[in-house]
Amino acid sequence: MTELSLVQAINAALKRAMQEDAGVVILGEDVGVDGGVFRATDGLMQLYGGQRVLDTPIAEAAIAGVSIGLAAQGFHPVAEIQFSGFAYSCIDQLLNHASRLRTRTRGRLSCPMVLRMPAGGGIKAVEHHSESPDAMFAHIPGLKVVVPSSPTRAYGLLLSAIRGSDPVVFLEPTRLYRAAREEVSDDGAGLPLGRCLVLRPGRDVTIVSWGAMIKEAIEAAEVLATEDVGAEIIDVATLKPLDSATILDSVARTGRLVIVHEAPMTCGYGAEIAARVAGRGLTSLLAPIERVTGFDTMMPYPRTEPHYMPNVGDVLTAARRSMAYT
Amino acid sequence: MADAAFANSSTRVLDPDGKLVGPLPAFARDPGELVRLYRALVLTRTFDTKAIALQRTGRLGTYASSLGQEAVSVGTAAAMQPTDVLLPSFREHGGQLWRGVTLKELFLFWGGDERGNDFAGPRADFPNCLPVGSHAPHAVGVALAFRLRGERRAAVCVIGDGATSKGDVAEAMNMAGVWKVPAVFVINNNGWAISVPLAKQTAAVTLAQKAVAAGIPGEQVDGNDVIAVRSVVEQALARARQGDGPTLIEAVTYRLCDHTTADDASRYRDDGEVSRHWPAEPLVRLRNFLTQSGIWDKSKEEALLQECRRAVEQAADDYLATPPQPPAAMFENVYADPSADLIEQRDAAMSRAQGGT
Repeated sequence: MTELSLVQAINAALKRAMQEDAGVVILGEDVGVDGGVFRATDGLMQLYGGQRVLDTPIAEAAIAGVSIGLAAQGFHPVAEIQFSGFAYSCIDQLLNHASRLRTRTRGRLSCPMVLRMPAGGGIKAVEHHSESPDAMFAHIPGLKVVVPSSPTRAYGLLLSAIRGSDPVVFLEPTRLYRAAREEVSDDGAGLPLGRCLVLRPGRDVTIVSWGAMIKEAIEAAEVLATEDVGAEIIDVATLKPLDSATILDSVARTGRLVIVHEAPMTCGYGAEIAARVAGRGLTSLLAPIERVTGFDTMMPYPRTEPHYMPNVGDVLTAARRSMAYT
Repeated sequence: MADAAFANSSTRVLDPDGKLVGPLPAFARDPGELVRLYRALVLTRTFDTKAIALQRTGRLGTYASSLGQEAVSVGTAAAMQPTDVLLPSFREHGGQLWRGVTLKELFLFWGGDERGNDFAGPRADFPNCLPVGSHAPHAVGVALAFRLRGERRAAVCVIGDGATSKGDVAEAMNMAGVWKVPAVFVINNNGWAISVPLAKQTAAVTLAQKAVAAGIPGEQVDGNDVIAVRSVVEQALARARQGDGPTLIEAVTYRLCDHTTADDASRYRDDGEVSRHWPAEPLVRLRNFLTQSGIWDKSKEEALLQECRRAVEQAADDYLATPPQPPAAMFENVYADPSADLIEQRDAAMSRAQGGT
């Protein structure tokens, strides 16, 4: 066991995946010699050579598109988009091609690729470097969307994403890259996609979140515990396909739901979760569903960013309001 | 600083009358091979005629004709090995047929059925690409896969003249050049992108010169001369297989048809222009050459037309007799394994289709 940060856990998973499968190829801007701007691919070119770790020209659409060609030929490309703000030129490739290659050829061709990218705010980055485009990707049929919330989970989820048979958008919370270290067992064990993770059991209120906001959710749960309120923390982990059963099961027990995410509120992924619970769990609900989200604004420049980001206080306010509702 | 080379070569073997104006490549010295090419052109046009007839009578979806451009597609495919991969745009019916896509599969695709993309023949070929030019990067990925595995295979991507304005195509050619992957980009320059003529598409004198910026060879070929097309694509493929990297080929042809059956070209294009281009079309050219060479005559022509018509009619009948896929098919192949949501939605769709609620 070694203590790893989230970005080191990503690196360990990539290394493991390349070691076990010669079809795993890494490509992206600065991923080779430089090891990636966040060092996620550090040392991989030295280990596996320039044939399997490819520095690309600055061409995001082609990075996604080349990955599709490789995947259709049976490779397992893992492409890095340097920041999620640059991923929008990949949307055409993801939406019109990667996601539907299997369907439109009736399974003759498929697209087992992973598009990794840092996402989210809280690191005082320049503009275009701090957004949370999770819901946008989750709206695309045929894609899987995964957001890890800790080094261990990043390691296991990324391995499963690479070993899978479908295209995965893997959103790495930039704020967590070096935030904390934990023991990560580099044993090659994958964490299954498509399952919510119950990180902390609780009887009174369900707090659903994912990615970096899990930190705020857990801190809020600790405060709530001192008020004799048991908050159950669910890490969605895989936004698409969604494991709604775990969320519905929790709400059936607690009767109260707080959804926390960094992305803007309107059409955010919280709306999907709220709709599921309203549709299937309404009779369990003892209080209106609470959403703690970013605002429907641009992600502001770093000096104003703290006013945008949901914080522990917001989660506590929402949970207390839910608890007080009768 | 090194000088960039802007002169593009242009290849033609037969002139519009079918007269030999250049050296015959090796394959073209085999009369059987020439007849095979001619048959492919005729079959493509026969399919085209039937497809339009079916569309006009409500039995096929919107269809993109390849009238006048058959030689680009057939010549390109004829240059390829079966193990190469074709990444077509959407007028490559001729090339697809050459490579073993069946007439029925073509009818199914244009008739609105995904099974038309489940080619029984060329299993690794890509399906048609309607978002213009967005398949060019796929060709680089496929070619990269071949190189990584050390295979002597190549990817061939066909795009239209309009696609050369797209960033995807520029990104793909640039990347292919950097990595020297075995890819060949063929432009079917038919002069029109729906209503936009080439002069409004680009200020570039040729489309082949777009290769210069990517640092790869670019050349023009008479796209109505199937022998010339096959010859230049063969040479590009030979370079690709030797590890000499990608090539851009601009096949200059003309769209004698509307953009698709949903288009009315008379809104933006002078009929006189179309008439002026008819004498250069590819079928008559090769037929004249075959006739002048003593390989072809009226009775062979009649027999070929009959054979093609029979094959197309049979395939159309097979297509029309094929029932649509059941609603459950929508939910298959979204993922390798369906999610809980998809299973639930599938059951609901099936229940609705069976008259339930």
